[in-house]
Amino acid sequence: MSSVDRPGVTQLRVARSEWTKLCSLRSTRWSLLAAALLTIGFPLIFASVVEAHWGRMSPSEQANRQPLDIALVGVNISQLAIGVLGVLLITAEYSTGMIRATLSAVPKRLPVLWAKIAVYAAVTFGLALLSVLVAFFGSQAILNSKHILQIGLGDPDVIRSVLGAAAFLVLIGIFAMALGAIVRNTAGGIATFALILFVIPPLLNVLPPTWNQAISTYLPDSAGRAMFALSHGANELSPAGGLAVFAGTTACLVGIAALLLVRRDS
Amino acid sequence: MIEAIGLTKQYGSKRAVDDLSFTVQPGLVTGFLGPNGSGKSTTMRLILGLDAPTAGTVTVAGRRYRDFPAPLHEVGALLEARSLHPGRTAYRHLLALAQTHGIPRSRVDELVDLVGLHDVANKRAGKFSLGMGQRLGIAVALLGDPQTLLLDEPVNGLDPEGIHWIRTLLRGLAAEGRTVFISSHLMSEMALTADHLIVIGRGHLVADMSVTDFLATASGQLVRVRAPRATELAALLSDPAVHVTSDGTGSLEVSGLSSDQIGEIAAANGIALHELTPLRASLEEAFMDFTREDVEYKPQVHA
Ligand SMILES: Nc1ncnc2c1ncn2[C@@H]1O[C@H](COP(=O)(O)OP(=O)(O)OP(=O)(O)O)[C@@H](O)[C@H]1O
Ligand SMILES: [Mg+2]
Repeated sequence: MSSVDRPGVTQLRVARSEWTKLCSLRSTRWSLLAAALLTIGFPLIFASVVEAHWGRMSPSEQANRQPLDIALVGVNISQLAIGVLGVLLITAEYSTGMIRATLSAVPKRLPVLWAKIAVYAAVTFGLALLSVLVAFFGSQAILNSKHILQIGLGDPDVIRSVLGAAAFLVLIGIFAMALGAIVRNTAGGIATFALILFVIPPLLNVLPPTWNQAISTYLPDSAGRAMFALSHGANELSPAGGLAVFAGTTACLVGIAALLLVRRDS
Repeated sequence: MIEAIGLTKQYGSKRAVDDLSFTVQPGLVTGFLGPNGSGKSTTMRLILGLDAPTAGTVTVAGRRYRDFPAPLHEVGALLEARSLHPGRTAYRHLLALAQTHGIPRSRVDELVDLVGLHDVANKRAGKFSLGMGQRLGIAVALLGDPQTLLLDEPVNGLDPEGIHWIRTLLRGLAAEGRTVFISSHLMSEMALTADHLIVIGRGHLVADMSVTDFLATASGQLVRVRAPRATELAALLSDPAVHVTSDGTGSLEVSGLSSDQIGEIAAANGIALHELTPLRASLEEAFMDFTREDVEYKPQVHA
C-alpha cells in the first residue's frame, strides 16, 4: 500500500477537509464575495468621482490625488469583511459544536489550526490579488478617459504595493483567526478585532505625540498599512518593516492560539 | 475495550466525574446509565480527549484516544450535543470528516443510504429534525468502520422504528466483536439493548454488572402476601432487616425475605396464605433504587 492510501490523519488530508468546510457554507461564500466587491467597488467609485470633478479641482487638490491610493482604497474597507470572516471561521466551530466532531477526527488538534489558516490564507490571497488587480486596472481605465493620474504596474513600487495589499489582507485574515481561536466567541472575537484595528489607533491620539508615534507605528493598523502605501514618512515603517512587524505580531497571536487549542477543553 | 482508571473531572467547584474505574468489554453492548447530571456525557468527552481529565486515565484498546493515528477507524462517537454546523449539508458534513482520514466518497454515499438520509443528504443539517440529526450523527460514528462505538443517548429523538433500527444495528455490531458503549437514562431501553451495565450516580460508580444480575439484585425481594391473619403474620416476620407494609385489608408487601422464607414461617405458625407472589420491581424502579442516594436533582417536595 502506498503511503497515500494508508488510512489516517495527515496534514494534507486535514487541509482538504477544511477546504470542503470552507466551500460548503453559504455565509462564507457571501462574505468572500462581499470582500471582493468592496475591494473593487470603492476604487471604481472613487476614480469616477475624481474623474468627474477633475476640472473643478485646484492644482494642489489634483496633486494630492494619488492613483495608487485610489486603486487600493477598497482594501481599507474589505479588511473588515476578511477579518470578521476569519474570526467566524473559528468561532462558528465552537458556537455550533462542530469543534467536537472536528477534534474527534483530529485529536492532535494542531493540524486543524494549521489547515484552517493555510486554506483561508490561500483563498484570501487569491481573491485579494485578483480584486486588487481588477481595482487597479478598473480605476486606471476610468481615469484614462480624462488622461489623468496614469500609472503602470511596471512603475516603481507599484507592483510591490499591489502585492503588499494582498499580503496585508491575508495577514488580517490570519490575525482575525488567531483572535477567534483565543476568544472562542463570535461577538467577543469580532469586538476584539475591531478594537485593535479601528478603535485603539484613533484613541492613541490622546497620548503625547511621541508616545503615540512610538506605539501606533507598531500596531497592526499602521504596520499593515506600511506594506501597501506608496510613500513612507520618516516616522513610518518601510514596507518590509511593516510586513515584518505585522507578520511577527500575527505569528505571536497564532502561537498563543495554538497553545490554548492544545491545552483547553473543548 | 475501553478502560477507565480513577477517572476524575472537576469543573470549577463541580466534580462531574469522581474516581471512576470501569472496563467496557468487546463483543457486548454495554449500557452506561445514570440520572441527569451524573457525568455520563462528561465521561464520553473524556474518552475522546475533548476534555482532559483532572486525574486518572482512560484508554481505548490500550491507547489514549489522541495517540491514534487514525482515530475514526478506531472509535466512532455520537455525542449528546449536536456537533455540526447547521449551514452545511449532511453530505458535506460527512465528506469533510471523511477527508481528514482519506476515507473515500463511496463510503460517505454508503453511509448516507445506511442511515436512511438519502433523500435529505443535500439539505442543510440545521433544518433536520431531532431524529434526522441523530441519524446523521450515527453516520459520522460509523464512517471509519470503527472497532469501538461510543454513543451518548443514541435513541434520543428517534421514532419507534428508528429505535428498533438502532437497537438491531448496535446488537449486530457487538455480535461482530466490537465494543459498543451507549449511555441512556432509560433503564427500560437498556434492558432491551444492553448485555452489561455500568451505572453511575454523582460521578461515581454505583454498579458494574450484567443486565440479568442487575435486574435480579435490584428487584430486591419484594413479596406480596395475602393472608386472613395478616396482622399476626406481620408480627411474626418482624425483624430489623425486614420491612413490612400493610394495606390493612389482609395484604402485605414484604421486603428483606424471600417468598420461600415467608412461606416456611407461615407454615411453621399454621397461618394460611391466600397469595404469595415475588414482585419484580419495574426496571425504572430498580434503577431508581440503585441511584436513589446519588440523584443530582431531586424534585423538591414542599409540605
Ligand atoms: N463544561 C462544563 N463546565 C461545568 N460543568 C459541567 C461541564 N460539563 C458538565 N458539567 C457538569 O457536570 C455534571 C455532569 O454533567 P454530564 O453532562 O456529564 O451529565 P450526564 O450524566 O450526561 O447528564 P444527562 O443525563 O442530563 O445527559 C453536571 O452537573 C454538569 O452541570
Ligand atoms: Mg448527558
